[in-house]
Amino acid sequence: MEYRWITQGPEQTHSLGQKLADFLHPGAVAALTGELGSGKTCLIQGICQGLGVTDPVASPAFVIINEYQGRLPVYHFDLYRIKNIEELYQLGCEEYLYGFGVCLIEWAERAEALLPEDSIRISLHWKAENEREIVLKNRVPLKGADGDKIHRECMSGRCELSP
Amino acid sequence: MLILGIETSCDETAVAVLDDIQGILSDIISSQLEHSQYGGVVPEIASRTHLKTILPVLEKALSAAKVSLSQLDGIAVTCGPGLVGSLLVGISVAKALHFSLAIPLIGIHHIEAHIFAAILENPELSPPFVALVVSGGHTQLIFLPAFGVYEILGSTRDDAAGEAFDKVAALLGLGYPGGPIINRLAEKGDPEFMKFPRASVKDFEFSYSGLKTAVVNYVKNSPADIVRRHLSDIAASFQEAAVDVLVEKSIQAAKHKDVEKIAVAGGVGANSRLRNLLKERAAKAGVSVFYPSPVLCTDNGAMVAKAGAFRLSLGQTSGLDLNANPRMKL
Repeated sequence: MEYRWITQGPEQTHSLGQKLADFLHPGAVAALTGELGSGKTCLIQGICQGLGVTDPVASPAFVIINEYQGRLPVYHFDLYRIKNIEELYQLGCEEYLYGFGVCLIEWAERAEALLPEDSIRISLHWKAENEREIVLKNRVPLKGADGDKIHRECMSGRCELSP
Repeated sequence: MLILGIETSCDETAVAVLDDIQGILSDIISSQLEHSQYGGVVPEIASRTHLKTILPVLEKALSAAKVSLSQLDGIAVTCGPGLVGSLLVGISVAKALHFSLAIPLIGIHHIEAHIFAAILENPELSPPFVALVVSGGHTQLIFLPAFGVYEILGSTRDDAAGEAFDKVAALLGLGYPGGPIINRLAEKGDPEFMKFPRASVKDFEFSYSGLKTAVVNYVKNSPADIVRRHLSDIAASFQEAAVDVLVEKSIQAAKHKDVEKIAVAGGVGANSRLRNLLKERAAKAGVSVFYPSPVLCTDNGAMVAKAGAFRLSLGQTSGLDLNANPRMKL
């Protein structure tokens, strides 16, 4: 199932993230891809807020993984600096990925081999200065998710769905 | 008293010997230039390179200082925050020396070490003061009411300032590390070419994600040949926006805490535009600014040794259970 949203500005990207948090269950892995400035960190900040994280959510690029506690444990990865997947094994990534928390992974394409098969794929695309296209792909429909309702609640227009 | 300082938290394998009276006897840094091939710190390579270089760097630090291991009075080592694999290399060497020489081991917080770099070269710098710690992994304003006491006034909400320099340099195809490359290129550029936004986040917090996105937007919306022709202007305009916020907030923080001293630490502290602009505006506000020399702004062993000497003077030492803490709090 594929969901597609267009957001106008970081506030909408943030609130989309907040809504998406409702569909993340313990053990969920969200793999984010998108170039510099496409809104990955912004979306993740929204998801974290939706998951009840109160600590500030900053870029983990320097230490690769930040851990937060919301209603579930949240593991925020930034693989921008990763070129060799070996280091991720050394950091104990598998314990995070197959644990009971929620993993949110920026630059996920740099560790493709490590991602569980049922990861939720989120790609972000720069369309214009204040416009981003956000595409979410999941093997099954997100339980209870109404793409249009999410859309109405965070922005104007329609959510495009394709099976 | 002779203290050995070991720093391996990120890019640099660094070892220094510090005499508490005479100052730095040696300060050896093996910059890991292999990283320039990859456009960022590559942890895998970082920890491997630390393993390869730590002992040669240690030997060189001792020989340059004309000191033998048996003369040392203590071993200080960075134990966090940083990359766990990299931190462990330094900690393991420090523990082995501590065990075999039977001298004190002192685990040091990386940010405390950076602040001690400013103290090391400026003996007149004593609390109370405000410290601006700004590097690839950190952007923080910290108030020191006394030595060793830290009140965090604000941090970055997203990217660190140095990370923004690296990412903008990557975006413009300028290579790595971004800080010195942009600094150099900006000297030939017009800082007024583009008015990039100064992040308006509250109090003493910072945000660099919006500035990075503004540069992305400018590059995407402009013809490629214009971008190519104005690289130095874009670099200068970006740097001006990045530095302006650091300067303004540092001065506000000094006023807020009613202190007349600001210390700058961390790799971005070597940026010449930051140094000049802060000095200029601080002078107008009646505030003095203290910098480490550029070589002590980036990660080094001397700052760790200085912080270690301070902790040792308080009788605070670590045991063999000292561990790497990637997300250590100050």
